[in-house]
Amino acid sequence: MEANRAISNEENICAEKEVDLKGILRILEKQEGRGGLIAILEEIQAEYGYLPEKALRIVSDRTRRSLVDVYGVATFYRSFSLKPRGKNLVCACVGTACHVRGAPRIVEELEQQLGIKAGETTADKEFTLETVNCLGACALGPVVVIDGHYFSKVRKSRISQLLDEARRGFDKAQPGKDKRIFPIDVSCPHCNHSLMDETFAIDGYPSIKINVSFDHADGWLRLSCLYGSYNFSTEPDIGVDTVVRFHCPHCRVELPSTSDCSMCSAPMVPMLVRGGGIVQICSRRGCRNHMLDLL
Amino acid sequence: MITLRINGLDVSVEEGTTLLEAARFFGFPIPTLCYMEGLSPYGACRLCVVEIGEGPSAKLVSSCTYPAEEGLKVRTASARVLRARRMVLELLLASCPQSKTIQDLASAHDIRQQRFRQEYEDCILCGLCVRMCEEQMMAKAIGFRNRGEKRDIGTPFDVQSDVCRLCGGCIYVCPACQLRCTYTEPEKAICGGCANLIPPCLEKEQFDDMMCYMNPCVACEIDKKFEKK
Repeated sequence: MEANRAISNEENICAEKEVDLKGILRILEKQEGRGGLIAILEEIQAEYGYLPEKALRIVSDRTRRSLVDVYGVATFYRSFSLKPRGKNLVCACVGTACHVRGAPRIVEELEQQLGIKAGETTADKEFTLETVNCLGACALGPVVVIDGHYFSKVRKSRISQLLDEARRGFDKAQPGKDKRIFPIDVSCPHCNHSLMDETFAIDGYPSIKINVSFDHADGWLRLSCLYGSYNFSTEPDIGVDTVVRFHCPHCRVELPSTSDCSMCSAPMVPMLVRGGGIVQICSRRGCRNHMLDLL
Repeated sequence: MITLRINGLDVSVEEGTTLLEAARFFGFPIPTLCYMEGLSPYGACRLCVVEIGEGPSAKLVSSCTYPAEEGLKVRTASARVLRARRMVLELLLASCPQSKTIQDLASAHDIRQQRFRQEYEDCILCGLCVRMCEEQMMAKAIGFRNRGEKRDIGTPFDVQSDVCRLCGGCIYVCPACQLRCTYTEPEKAICGGCANLIPPCLEKEQFDDMMCYMNPCVACEIDKKFEKK
């Protein structure tokens, strides 16, 4: 146990982000009034990759819950981790259906290739391997989830390829290879003028150019046209959580919002997709909520 | 007032009374392990099972958590109830054989041996200490952690809690550890030194395989850490 503690202390020092009171307080403020402890913990975990001891103490202090309760919830749910996790999280399902379909062999192979046991993190902090008890996709077993990407009917032979892909990063995956990432061509819903900008490329494709304004600042915003990519560049510096207004650079009309974001309740901004359809993106910086309706 | 029939006796009790309280009030003994007056009922040990209803719809419920209902027919010692209780006791014996409370209950139920793989746990997760800490001592220093087979009781992060006052209430109510001071080997049994020191749950890791949680023990002066190596 003492040896374990020493290691976890070391890991704390190596952790990328220092736990600061401000960051936790910002999350708590955002969640205030909604009352959910799990939502708070989820957000902290999204921020730091795990639940640092200091953060839990701050949460219990500020929300007037006893530390025992907070700790109990944090250790009860499998999705929470009290130990720092690696850059890539590999989850292998070992539920009954996946087990029958060969999950133990998949886990064994993952353990062998990564050189760690389930529940551990590689020394270079690249991978954390975890097992989960069911992901609800039993017909597709064995299921492996890497960084939020689901892989079904995984075979032993496919694992090294999956790990390689994870090392390279799924976000950089080629649009041709990955069917979930594809370029779209959008236009203004008011004047139907194309918003594509050939002169400025993001992800190797023409970008979507929109004018934005917020508070007293304005300027251009260029988004990647790849559906599934969140890369963008802006002229004004837009702080995280700022809700911005989108204007068409051609007709100057503000893109009319018809619905609110289901995650952060900021207005969703619609754009027409060439070929029929509407894509809506959340107008809050940092919120990645989006919807694509193809006709 | 609610009227119900316990073991054929028509009784009336106030609304909100549990079956256990009603049965005990009218003199029907029901064994319990995780129940204690003054603490909220928890229904963890299942020793207090009683049979309610009639015929094929009769079912076993834990009497400590089941409120009295109008016209309910309760049997506190039917063959089915006794069989269930004996099974529970055998399982408890299998996990925590050194507990005097469990031994006594088992012998009172005429159990001479148990059929399961023998383990030597020092906790049966009855939650008495957790409720004692929270409800009587107003401290909330210890609580349940993890889940499934890893579930245990202890302080957050395994360090002594800021709100713990070392009152020892948790040790006092524990049905598994009256013999906490008993060294695992009989000849070294009962040194009696640890009457009221750091609650054992605080430093569980250090005292993994023995029932005495003090180091070094003030009475027998055996340095457990040293001896382990």
